[in-house]
Amino acid sequence: MNSSDLSRLWNDARIRRIAIQVILVALVVFCFWWLISNTSQNLDKLNKSIGFDFLSQNAGFQIAPTLGTWLFSYEVGQSTYWDVYLIGIINTLLVAVLGIIAATVIGFLVGIMRLSNNIIFRSFATVYIELLRNIPLLLQLFFWYFTVLRSLPDKRGKVDLIPGAVSVNLEGLFLPFPIWHSGAGFAGIILLIAAISALYMRAKSRSKQLMTGHPLAIWRITAGIFAAACLMIVVSVGIPMEWSQPTFIETGPILKQGFDKATAIMIIPEMLAVWFALTLYTAAFIAENVRSGILAVSKGQTEAANALGLSTGQTLRLIVIPQAMRVIVPPLTSQYLNLTKNSSLAVAIAYPELVSIFAGTAMNQVGKEIEMFFMMMVVYLTFSLLTSAFMNWFNHRSKLVER
Amino acid sequence: MKTDHSTAYVRQEDAPLLPPPRNETGIIGWFNQNILSLINDFSGIGAAIRSVLMAVGTLAILYYSAHILWALIDFAIIEAVWSDPDELKRVVCTTEIAGGIQHNGWHGACWPLATAKMKFLIYGAYPAEELWRVNITGLVLIIGLVCLMFDRMPYRMHIGISMLTIFPVFAYIMLVGLGDWIGLPYVDTRDWGGVLVTLVVALTGIIASLPLGVVLALGRQSNMPAVRYLCTGFIEFWRGIPLITVLFMASVALPLFLPTGVTIDNLLRALIGVTLFASAYMAEVIRGGLQAIDKGQYEAADALGLGYWKSMRLIILPQALTYVIPGIVNTFIGLFKDTTLVAIIGLFDLLGAAQAAINDAGWSSPVQAITLYLLVATFYFICCFVMSRYSMRLERKLDRSNR
Amino acid sequence: MKNLPLIVIVLVIGGGLGYFLGGGNEQAVEQEAAMETSSESTLEAVKAKGYVQCGVSQGLPGFSNADDNGNWTGIDVDLCRGVAAAVFGDADKVRFTPLSAKQRFTALSSGEIDILSRNTTWTMTRDTQLGLNFAGVNYYDGQGMMVPSSLGVTSATELDGANICTNTGTTTELNITDYFRANNMSFELVAFEKADEVVAAYDAGRCDVYTTDRSGLAAQRTKLTNPDAHFVLPEIISKEPLGPVVRQGDDQWFNIVRWSLNAMINAEELGVTQSNVGSMMGSDNPSIKRLLGEEGNFGEELGLSNDWAANLIKAVGNYGESYDAHVTPLGLARGVNALWSDGGILYAAPIR
Repeated sequence: MNSSDLSRLWNDARIRRIAIQVILVALVVFCFWWLISNTSQNLDKLNKSIGFDFLSQNAGFQIAPTLGTWLFSYEVGQSTYWDVYLIGIINTLLVAVLGIIAATVIGFLVGIMRLSNNIIFRSFATVYIELLRNIPLLLQLFFWYFTVLRSLPDKRGKVDLIPGAVSVNLEGLFLPFPIWHSGAGFAGIILLIAAISALYMRAKSRSKQLMTGHPLAIWRITAGIFAAACLMIVVSVGIPMEWSQPTFIETGPILKQGFDKATAIMIIPEMLAVWFALTLYTAAFIAENVRSGILAVSKGQTEAANALGLSTGQTLRLIVIPQAMRVIVPPLTSQYLNLTKNSSLAVAIAYPELVSIFAGTAMNQVGKEIEMFFMMMVVYLTFSLLTSAFMNWFNHRSKLVER
Repeated sequence: MKTDHSTAYVRQEDAPLLPPPRNETGIIGWFNQNILSLINDFSGIGAAIRSVLMAVGTLAILYYSAHILWALIDFAIIEAVWSDPDELKRVVCTTEIAGGIQHNGWHGACWPLATAKMKFLIYGAYPAEELWRVNITGLVLIIGLVCLMFDRMPYRMHIGISMLTIFPVFAYIMLVGLGDWIGLPYVDTRDWGGVLVTLVVALTGIIASLPLGVVLALGRQSNMPAVRYLCTGFIEFWRGIPLITVLFMASVALPLFLPTGVTIDNLLRALIGVTLFASAYMAEVIRGGLQAIDKGQYEAADALGLGYWKSMRLIILPQALTYVIPGIVNTFIGLFKDTTLVAIIGLFDLLGAAQAAINDAGWSSPVQAITLYLLVATFYFICCFVMSRYSMRLERKLDRSNR
Repeated sequence: MKNLPLIVIVLVIGGGLGYFLGGGNEQAVEQEAAMETSSESTLEAVKAKGYVQCGVSQGLPGFSNADDNGNWTGIDVDLCRGVAAAVFGDADKVRFTPLSAKQRFTALSSGEIDILSRNTTWTMTRDTQLGLNFAGVNYYDGQGMMVPSSLGVTSATELDGANICTNTGTTTELNITDYFRANNMSFELVAFEKADEVVAAYDAGRCDVYTTDRSGLAAQRTKLTNPDAHFVLPEIISKEPLGPVVRQGDDQWFNIVRWSLNAMINAEELGVTQSNVGSMMGSDNPSIKRLLGEEGNFGEELGLSNDWAANLIKAVGNYGESYDAHVTPLGLARGVNALWSDGGILYAAPIR
């Protein structure tokens, strides 16, 4: 084959496309093969093998009590590394979900404040956004953690937020938990029925509004339905639930003083600090997204709403935000993802999430770096894909409204 | 025109302009519009409640802002120790109970510590007699950046291209060295630290990820399925995992992936991790630019008979890249903040250097950590704030020129 | 010129790669040198590149800690400097790589470092399963516990219900968990990534107990608001013999490291110090003669020169001097780390 043949082949777009793709795929496959063969050689040298047997070994270390350890009833020497993995995932998810909720609320609030007429709100929002956006999260995390720690009494003291129910000290935030009595199931069913009928009335009210222009007095109806449901429950089974009484022990051995953990839900301060830091940091970014989203809604919309006699709140809620959402949602997605990924920084302040207990403590014990990194990546990639999928679906929905 | 028209109800001349209502002008007006605007509406129960809430909110914001500001001033200025003329080190910054000279209960910044560690925080352990090399490199960088900021700078394009191509080579030669024969002895990257490492990591990340990002962005838009899937997969993978796991992997697992005996130093590992990570984000930013370009441009290029690469090089990329400069600056800000994470894998970037300085027993005191963290936070805040303002200015300018 | 775009792509990718490889250029050249010789011996490779590469901690006062100018000090550092002095006659021909607990073993087995001297506990698993060899013990440590005096606790057995702060180590969490389970006590563990945060959290009162190696406790205590209000409990809950580690399969290098350590300990026993090593050269004591290379050819048997130990002691002093310079200032007495003749357990094999 001479060179002109070659160049003719090269100039054939179809063949060139195929050639480029084949070469690329071959290169990628080669790279993977190279990495894998190196790895297996190196592991041989270290007398290690690839395998997931370690997951069924018992983990011999204590983990700070969180939702994860509670859900999987973690016990040293009984629970396995697989449990540690699941606990890590749950704890990551927990702080991510709580963070997303709180960051969205605060972000919207600050974003709207940023556009407020009130100069104090406006400048507060500006300072908030600029300050929190421009300082590395890791530093903020340290700040919150040690601020939280420094401002609280130690475990033999407490600050009552709601006397007798919610208190806080260095060991954590103590909340009462509900104790269900017999009849709780019945009450649940009644409440469910009430909720369904309330939703039904709501739909009916809406269709009536479309037909006649006058809605039903929906709030009164809903309140009535629930009042009736409650009355029915109280009459038939009494109040089938009570809150636990967090007990504070002030006598006895000094190390056993403090809250009795069997009588309250304890939220450790590490969790609170991570949650604060992630929320406030992400909220600053969300606020900026919200602001630009609102600004993207044309001024005529607001004016038209004013002309229709809608109040400021109604204008925001019914006219501006729904339209702004189309602009806000895509960057919001990536903020949610960032928050989830940033939760891994909790490793620095001892919150037992995935990176901290699985890729940290557990990896130090078992030394299965490759397998454990792989398992960790799978989790984060799944989170990421799920969030994108959800947001795509949401985007799709809000786009259909467009005419 | 007749002037004896004397019908009483016809005005002869314009009505005099009335002054605007008193509550809309002057200080009172400003006050009404900017401060009371949300809290002076008592037209109904709902409005009154909202006004009261807003007023409470305003007061709370004022109170807590003042509180925080005062705490900061108190710590950083009023209570702070400013000088240590007798070289007492930790003694000047500790309370009497811990063997120092401050009254018990004292809590203030220890600035002599920061002064003493300044060289370390900026250069790390870079040899003192070679510091001029870092200074010159820094100076060239600053001059280059300042030149780029001025719109009417002659040869701006050339300067920009040299900053992206020649400067890295120059910086590499200056910082790493060529050997004793030319007067630039090698400096081990293990001795690098502080702001130097922060800048090296962030700048390398951004410069090296630029070409990769362009290739990935083009690949993601390619009409060849294999290329498209590979690029999309690559981008989504790196965007889906947290940087800290990338860095952990680069520092722990990378040696396992390489052939036996080949090792690369810690800094380079971090650079590889950071670059791959940043290139995925860069690709998405550039893709945004590619999509923002009017379809007509592509069609015009086709109509001119330009091939794919020619049309990209001459028509599309120059426009797309200009369009995404603010996005690149924003990515850089993110990367700049994220460089703090390399401290977790044991590099002495600014935060790592600060942590090493916190480890210095000669200065050991309870305010050691908070002083240095405050300093680091201020540094990051100033840098990021200035850059974000610059990026906003660019955005506005691009908006104008696109109009 | 239709191939131009392809060339451009290749150039762009090549440029990117070149930039990286350029960054690692110096290293790469060294590694090639190291690689070619690695089949021969570590000593040859070390001599070829002209320095010993030593893995140390990222900063642990007394053991390996860098000052603001990148000068490393500590007893782990002294050992590496000693090996460099033994090999090259120059203690400065050594470079230090700070390593985290996670990185250290891969760094050693991949050939990135020649010695791992990073307060590493000698355990059977590590010695037998990781392809490593421990060349001896240069510090006998043990995990201890620190508590505020205000708790009124005098023994670890009274710690039922305590909150415990620690940093994630390899065995720290395991030891404390085992101890509490064995004594049937309940506790809660707060495990941080780095020591600084543990100190700050403990100082703020987050925990009742701070546990880590006793040497670490002593070093970290100085950072508390009121160090005198805290004390270390007498219980030692684990054995932590810390020592230098080398790769398995190179006996010559293993011997050099082991005997460098032994030489430091023997020198203390024989009274040879950094300052008197010159005058000791004329000593009549046959043990000293053998140590300093006046008699026999012990150095050459190791593949070094006969004055290897003399160079070592000139450069870093004997074990006691090194200990006094770095560890004593932390407030840690010699204790078990005294010579066997002084009531400790430090007992080096003789040079004979």
